[in-house]
Amino acid sequence: MPAKGWVEIDEALCKGCELCVAYCPVSVLALDTNRLTPQGYHPAALVEDACTGCNVCAVVCPEAAITVYREVIPRRHATTV
Amino acid sequence: MTVSAPSKPRRKLKLVYQKPEALTDKATHYCPGCTHGVAHRLVAEVIDEMGIRERAIGIAPVGCAVLAYDYFELDGVEAAHGRAPAMATGIKRVLPDSVVFTYQGDGDLASIGMAEIMHAAARGERITVIFINNAIYGMTGGQMAPTTLPQQVTTSSPRGRDVVTQGYPIRMAEILATLDGVAYSVRRSMHDPANIRKAKKAIRLAFEAQVRGLGFAMVELLSTCPTNWRMSPIEAMHWVRDHMVPAYPLGDYKVDAALKKLRV
Ligand SMILES: Cc1ncc(C[n+]2csc(CCOP(=O)(O)OP(=O)(O)O)c2C)c(N)n1
Ligand code: SF4
Ligand code: SF4
Ligand code: SF4
Repeated sequence: MPAKGWVEIDEALCKGCELCVAYCPVSVLALDTNRLTPQGYHPAALVEDACTGCNVCAVVCPEAAITVYREVIPRRHATTV
Repeated sequence: MTVSAPSKPRRKLKLVYQKPEALTDKATHYCPGCTHGVAHRLVAEVIDEMGIRERAIGIAPVGCAVLAYDYFELDGVEAAHGRAPAMATGIKRVLPDSVVFTYQGDGDLASIGMAEIMHAAARGERITVIFINNAIYGMTGGQMAPTTLPQQVTTSSPRGRDVVTQGYPIRMAEILATLDGVAYSVRRSMHDPANIRKAKKAIRLAFEAQVRGLGFAMVELLSTCPTNWRMSPIEAMHWVRDHMVPAYPLGDYKVDAALKKLRV
C-alpha cells in the first residue's frame, strides 16, 4: 500500500488561486466555498482520502500556504532463514 | 462545492514540506496565482538550504515586488526603479562576505534599469540577480514592457505589439551571456511543478556562483501576471507554456565550469 499523505493549508495565506487544485495528480484538493479566509478568499482544502504526500501542491503554491506530511511506513525486518 | 473532511492518516506522519524560514509570516499583496510568490518561495528555500540567511541582503525593485523586503526574513533594502544592480554593487563591495541578491521585474531590469544591469554584469559584480519576466508592467496596470511578445495586447498596445513601430522583445539571458564578467546566465520557467523544480536548481546555482566568487549570476524566470493578462491563474500558467516559452527558449546560456561540476 502506498504511503498516505496529509496536507494542511494555512487559511491566513491561501488566496484560493486553485493552482494546487489543478496540479494535484490525484485530484484530492478543491476550494471550500463554504469558508472565507481573513483575506476574503475561498481556501483550498483536502476533499478526498487519497492524498499521497507527493508535495506537488506545495511546489506550485505561490503563498507557501501548504504544509505536507507523509505517513511513516514501519520498516519490515528481513526474515532470516 | 461542499467539502467533507477526509480522515487524517492513523500512522505516524513525517513532515515533507513546510514554509521556508527565510519567508516572513506576512501574507503577500500579490494577486492570487501570481508566480511572483513562487519565485519568492524558491529563493527562500535556497537561502535556507545554503544556510546563508544571516549573510543575505535582498534588494527589492520598483514594480509589484516593491515590498519584497517585507516578505523575506532577512536584511533588505529598496532601490530606485532599475537601480538595484547599482545598489547591490555598493553593498557587496563594502560587505564582501554578504550574499547580495536583486529581485527585479522586466520593466525594472530590461527597460529603465538596462544600463545598470548591463554594466553590473560587464564589471562581473559578484551579485545574484533574480529576473522576473512576465512580459508586462504589472504594478502600473499592464503596459507594454520590452519583453512583451509581438502582437501581445497590453493597455499601451491595445491592438497588439506592432514590431514595426514598437520593436521586438529583448532576451536578457542571451544578451548577458555575451559578457565576460558573467559566470551564470540561464532562463527557466515557473509554469508547472517540473519547471518550478528546475527553476529552484538554477536559483541555487546563481547563489553558489556568488558564494564561490565566480562572478555575476542571473536567473531569468518566466512568470505570470494573471491580472493584467486578464486570465485565471491556471490559464496564465498555460499561456507561459504556449506563448512565452517558444519566444523565450529555456536553457543555459552561460555556466561557469566550476558550477557545472556541482551537484545540487
Ligand atoms: C523612475 C520611475 N519611473 C516609472 C515608475 C512607474 N513604474 C512603477 S512600476 C513600473 C514597471 C513595473 O514593471 P516590472 O518591472 O515588469 O514589474 P512587475 O510589476 O511586472 O512585477 C513602472 C514603470 C516609477 N515608479 N519610477
Ligand atoms: S501532497 Fe500530492 S496528493 Fe496530496 S494534496 Fe498535495 S498534490 Fe495532492
Ligand atoms: S496554491 Fe496555495 S494559495 Fe493557491 S489555492 Fe492552493 S493553497 Fe491556496
Ligand atoms: S499585477 Fe500581475 S505581476 Fe503584479 S501581483 Fe498582480 S498578477 Fe502579479
